[in-house]
Amino acid sequence: MSIDRRRLFGWGTAEAVIVVAALFPIMWLISLSLKTPATVGDGRLIPKEWSFDNYSSIFHQDIFTKALRNSIGIAAISTVIAVTLASLAAYAIARLDFPGKRLILGASLTIAMFPPVSIVGPLYDMWRTLGLYDTWAGLIIPYMTFTLPLAIFTLSAFFREIPWELEQAAQMDGATPAQAFRKVILPLAAPGVFTTAILVFIYAWNDFIFALSLTSTTRAQTVPPAIQSFTGVSQFTAPTGAIAAAAIIVTIPIVIMVLFFQRRIVAGLTAGAVKG
Amino acid sequence: MAATAAEAPPAAAPAKRGAISARTRAERKLGWMLCAPAVIVMLAVTAYPILYAVWLSLHRSDLRFPDKTAWIGLDNYVTVLSSQLWWKDLFHTIVLMVFSVSIELVLGMLLALAMHRAIFGRGLIRTTALVPYGIVTVVAAFAWRLAFSKADGGFVPVLLGLEKDPLIVTWSTYLVAILAEVWKTTPFMALLLLSGLALVPDDLHEAAKVDGATAWQRFWRITIPLMRPAILVALLFRTLDAFRIFDTVQVLSNGSNRSIETVSQLSYNTLLTRLNLGLGSAVSVLVFLCVLLIAFFYIKFLGANLAQQRGER
Repeated sequence: MSIDRRRLFGWGTAEAVIVVAALFPIMWLISLSLKTPATVGDGRLIPKEWSFDNYSSIFHQDIFTKALRNSIGIAAISTVIAVTLASLAAYAIARLDFPGKRLILGASLTIAMFPPVSIVGPLYDMWRTLGLYDTWAGLIIPYMTFTLPLAIFTLSAFFREIPWELEQAAQMDGATPAQAFRKVILPLAAPGVFTTAILVFIYAWNDFIFALSLTSTTRAQTVPPAIQSFTGVSQFTAPTGAIAAAAIIVTIPIVIMVLFFQRRIVAGLTAGAVKG
Repeated sequence: MAATAAEAPPAAAPAKRGAISARTRAERKLGWMLCAPAVIVMLAVTAYPILYAVWLSLHRSDLRFPDKTAWIGLDNYVTVLSSQLWWKDLFHTIVLMVFSVSIELVLGMLLALAMHRAIFGRGLIRTTALVPYGIVTVVAAFAWRLAFSKADGGFVPVLLGLEKDPLIVTWSTYLVAILAEVWKTTPFMALLLLSGLALVPDDLHEAAKVDGATAWQRFWRITIPLMRPAILVALLFRTLDAFRIFDTVQVLSNGSNRSIETVSQLSYNTLLTRLNLGLGSAVSVLVFLCVLLIAFFYIKFLGANLAQQRGER
């Protein structure tokens, strides 16, 4: 009995440590974002005076509202395109037999290891020539490319688990091929596709280096590089509070995703990285 | 089974060879067609630019002096490799990589064991541990910068009564960068290790327990050897990622403090701040070669291990 209680206590402590360690930096950001400009530099953990000025100030800055719109649009479009292309490829890899399959997986693995900084220069030069510099497409294309390997690995791991015989069974029962695919296979494939979409979205949402080097104005700049160029509540205050507030705003969608889809994210990460 | 046989085209029975090859051909064609879009995009955005980078690196190409572009062979590489800056930045990168990855491995293993064995609240730790993984790297770096920087009013210098700003002193900047990296990416490491842990059968542990093995012995003799492939995959991914470190250092150094500038920073600064495409591309190509080298060693190591494991079984 006492051993059990001690074990429970031990686990409780360990879990508390993990939770605090994981969330503490975010707590600090929230606290900073709620401080007034006068108290932002006081080094206190809990704000003396509370205010939402930082939040209202960033939403009155073009640079942030436009960056937020760009981030959402660019990440969403990249996700849709990458998941579509990866689904086609992963379906072929999981289900069809054709030479070059291993080559495609090998090439994807190589790209997954590729350092983005190695192509930033050429892309900068190419995008300026092609008129893609500082446009949504100019960011969507690299995001799509760098998430395709992950998406292909994850999806083909999921697709391999689908009992494809069910499709034929449905056809035997009188369903047309289209019906069989839509009513039987699609519902089975959807969770994998959805999981992959979350991972791709997180990547595009997170990127800094491409956004920093391939954009220059509010036309296509996403939130991560925009945060750096913030000004404070007034011209003469330090942007610390505004940065913290913006940081909290971009964190919210991710935290919501993690809370709702924790199982899926775990499944996706491990399926793509280990089983692939 | 029956469904498969019934589904096969009727022609398959009499002229088996011809029919199969026609089907195979159709299947191959479909396979290639489905993979083509993804492959084309990946090649166009990585293979072509890297070749272009190689080509640029062999030229004198400075956007500030566009008419002075000329073929200069390996001169850019000579310039980079004989400069102190490259070696200093490579050193910074390797220090950050080695420390953050090894700390992550230990913490990630502890976290994975906690996620695997927790008696209660497993969902809670899994969810909260995932939060740092999802956080934008720049945001994470800002959280640490705002906590540690004296100029930004951080609480750490106040708490520790520091005279100097920790983000100006080299060793403490290293420390903060490593902390930020470890905080952000330990969950990723832990998840990969967790999937390895799931492969270790419980009855092996039970049997060893019956034979009187301690928890420590079971961990080293059973868990670790069986998890080796998962550990190596996790290490490979994290090492490559850590070598490419950019966001964290860029934010922590605030664009001005170059005390722990990494090779990615060097490449970025030469290319986009100084607009020297030739020299910058040479740095980019060298970064790429370093990544290839790291991957090569791991895969050789990993391959050898996998083969060895298969031999043992």
